[in-house]
Amino acid sequence: MSIQMDAKEIIARRVAKELKDGDLVNLGIGLPTMVANYIPEGVDLLFQSENGLIGLGPEPTAEQIDMSLTNAGGQPVTILPGGCFFDSAMSFGIIRGGHVNATVLGALEVDQHGNLANWMVPGKMVPGMGGAMDLVTGAKKVIISMQHTAKGESKIMKNCTLPLTAAAQVNLIITEMAVMEVTPEGLKVLELGPGVTKETLIENTHADLIFADDLKEMVL
Amino acid sequence: MNKLINLDEAVGFIEDGMTVMIGGFLACGTPERLIDKLVEKGVKDLTLIANDTSFTDRGIGKLIVSKQFKKVIVSHIGTNKETGRQMTAGETEVVLVPQGTLAEQVRAGGMGLGGILTPTGLGTIVEEGKELITVDGKTFILEKPLRADVALIFGSIVDKKGNIAFKGTTRNFNPLMAMAADCVIVEAESLVEIGEIDPNHVVTPGVFVHHIVGGNL
Repeated sequence: MSIQMDAKEIIARRVAKELKDGDLVNLGIGLPTMVANYIPEGVDLLFQSENGLIGLGPEPTAEQIDMSLTNAGGQPVTILPGGCFFDSAMSFGIIRGGHVNATVLGALEVDQHGNLANWMVPGKMVPGMGGAMDLVTGAKKVIISMQHTAKGESKIMKNCTLPLTAAAQVNLIITEMAVMEVTPEGLKVLELGPGVTKETLIENTHADLIFADDLKEMVL
Repeated sequence: MNKLINLDEAVGFIEDGMTVMIGGFLACGTPERLIDKLVEKGVKDLTLIANDTSFTDRGIGKLIVSKQFKKVIVSHIGTNKETGRQMTAGETEVVLVPQGTLAEQVRAGGMGLGGILTPTGLGTIVEEGKELITVDGKTFILEKPLRADVALIFGSIVDKKGNIAFKGTTRNFNPLMAMAADCVIVEAESLVEIGEIDPNHVVTPGVFVHHIVGGNL
């Protein structure tokens, strides 16, 4: 990469490459939403919003805003031709029933066993789990996309310390520093981010890492 | 049978201490006028079953601000700071439930089921105090059905028999709650004559709806 990219863009671009033509995808709010901006040409995806629609379209113009058509964050959205609406039981049947190919979520902590904590900090922040527990439990592939550290501390741990969202459900962790897969043997580093060495990754990660034999540099 | 009532008559069905389901997802598809009337009536010590507590100035959030709940059973409170404050101060009991589980609990309540078995929440604090059941080697949490005394729901197009068609994402919990309460009141965005909704487009059959408010009523 010749032009400097910020961490969030690196992450969003790399996550986008994980999504396959025809996939039904649910993106969490924040950084995961950015992934939609970097879908490779020729990859046709369907996006679900868990409040009851498949076929999320581009942001509405001022004239298009209709408060009867919102996303899971309560913001007005549009629906693409071929999209559909359904109730909350159906929406979570789609999620829990394994019909969502991939979900992309952020994390407060994620550990080498695939445990995820992203819904509360006891005594500080208790927004509720919303649909996150169902998504992480039900989606075929759970991708955690987040910046590697928060306030200089690794968000990737040996064991999560915060209350879990789900146990052992995470498949892939993508940060600006690495792509890591949760395997039965442990957390396997598949790719290193631009300019990142094994040493800096180890220094910035509070988990045991296994490096893949064919360790690559992230292609963005 | 005439199902049309006015807003005063509608909130007359709600008394202190009752359990109330209210449809909507972050104020989309929520019976806003019924909520306003409920704030005005000032009934208290209610138990709420809903997806979320909305925003302080919209939908269910207004009932939080006016402190009309002793307990709320919801999946998310993050958009309404007042709910969090009341929880921390011990003024309101907050039970947080995974959204898909909550939808299924309401569905089970309306469908005559004894509960549902879900993998969601296994290995988390959600499973605490609940029965775990193993089916063919897979473990599930038993989540019990939920029912309410009164359900206040929203309908985009409602005919005078109570048949409901929904626009956009207003559907959310409304069709589920329509089946899970002893008294179901729908607030119609648009009230139409019998026969004006194509039966093919009815999502919630009118048989579940006891009362309708809407139009100028």
